Amino acid sequence: MAIRSTPASCQNKDMIGDIQHRGEICFALDSLTYTYPEGQTIFQDFTWQVGRGESWAVLGASGCGKTTLLYLLAGLRFPTFGQVIMDGQPLTRPRPHTGLILQDYGLLPWASVRENAALGLRIRAFYGPDGRHAPQEFQPAQDVDPWLARLGLSPLKDQFPGQISGGQRQRTAIARTLALSPDLLLMDEPFSSLDAPTRESLQRLTLELWAEQKLTLVTITHAIEEAVLLGQKILLLGAPPNRSPLIIENPYGADPSFFGASPSHYDAMGYLEMVRELRSRMEAND
Amino acid sequence: MKRRDLLWAVLGLLAFWQLFSLVLGRPILPTPLAVGRAFWIELTRGDLLEHLLASLWRVVASTVLAVALAAPAGLILGQSKRLNQLFSPLIYLLYPIPKVVLAPIVLLFFGIGDFPKIVIIFLILFFQILVLVRDQAAAIRPELIQSVQSLGAGRRALFRFVYLPASLPAILTALRQSVGTAVAVLYVAELFATQRGLGYYIYLNGSTLLNYPAMYAGIVALSLMGLGLYFSVDWLEKKLCPWQGLS
Repeated sequence: MAIRSTPASCQNKDMIGDIQHRGEICFALDSLTYTYPEGQTIFQDFTWQVGRGESWAVLGASGCGKTTLLYLLAGLRFPTFGQVIMDGQPLTRPRPHTGLILQDYGLLPWASVRENAALGLRIRAFYGPDGRHAPQEFQPAQDVDPWLARLGLSPLKDQFPGQISGGQRQRTAIARTLALSPDLLLMDEPFSSLDAPTRESLQRLTLELWAEQKLTLVTITHAIEEAVLLGQKILLLGAPPNRSPLIIENPYGADPSFFGASPSHYDAMGYLEMVRELRSRMEAND
Repeated sequence: MKRRDLLWAVLGLLAFWQLFSLVLGRPILPTPLAVGRAFWIELTRGDLLEHLLASLWRVVASTVLAVALAAPAGLILGQSKRLNQLFSPLIYLLYPIPKVVLAPIVLLFFGIGDFPKIVIIFLILFFQILVLVRDQAAAIRPELIQSVQSLGAGRRALFRFVYLPASLPAILTALRQSVGTAVAVLYVAELFATQRGLGYYIYLNGSTLLNYPAMYAGIVALSLMGLGLYFSVDWLEKKLCPWQGLS
């Protein structure tokens, strides 16, 4: 799928552009402790900062608290102690400029692809620009059709999620999220249930959109290759409780030339070396 | 199911009826043709239409009332674990009671007129819809709720965009399951304390006037009403839930 043009509806990103460049930090976990109601502590006095426009991968085995971390960032769960700081404020509810994409896509089975993609906009129009559910600068006249075209979904827009493939569902979820002009995109194992070619095309699409929309990207994954592919920085989580963040700088991450026509530009040996190093670190960390 | 196949089934049933009535040769089973003629005459010149409309009104009114009260109640119970825990023992006890046995009590309390009949049918539909909508709402995956919350939805938008559309198939399934029972109970309810409705009409012609073709015409009218209601639910389901049975 060739993707070049920017949809007209995405131009209003300029409105939040000045916020984006004002500070370096997108969000921070400030001495955060999270304990499950059953008593297991996942994070203890955990501090972590993510800069604007960075692409992060969060890597760890299942049960290490990756998904919990994402829910904390999304404002759907709240720390036992400490804070999640976004826009200089403690996070107390889902933030209008944060997009969340879960593994199962979260599409409404009774709504068509187009209705699903427009759901976020409809919810915002439902509340109006109240600054709580929708940003104050929200304009209800926005349209999802350019995004459907951008993601190659236009021919499918009247189909229901039950009629389309997993990759197409994930595209629909991406269209729905990006239609809301997020500056932070959180993804939880977004491609793990897809076949390899579909996964690769969506990873590539994600990197393109990340660069084009100036997103801050946090991808949760259990696949080392995916972490090295998507994360400029990789946060490694181990067996809980996680106390201090183990961060790996990854020069091979978020490089669109990985998918380029001439792979010779890409340092394939470096990439493989990175994967090997991460694997040994992960084993040591567990 | 094809329409042509349905037509063949109708013709087959009529042929069987015709044959059976010829073999039996007694006035308690008139031929379909005789019943058809009586149906037409009673409908156009008699008061069958009036009775049919009275019965239809009672069923439709109780259905509307049941959906209007049971669907919101089911939604509220389905999305609140605490409320559901509070009420589920009560529902568990009341749900299996055959509501038709309450008919004499309802009649004692509400006397004559349409209202007690509507109440009885309402009781049946109410619990069916309540339980199905509650279970449907409770079965919505938390990931779906969280995804929609991340788009900015609070409680009100979740109701509007998730719980309400998710309960629609449950309402229609409940109606489909209970429309037959509702018509049956209507018939029983109309045997008491009324002079309007198909139940009364059938009983009057069969047991008092001994006008068997008219009695059969009443039975045909009641059957057609049940069929019509069933088809309406079917049609609504296709119209409102086109995504069902796709994946």
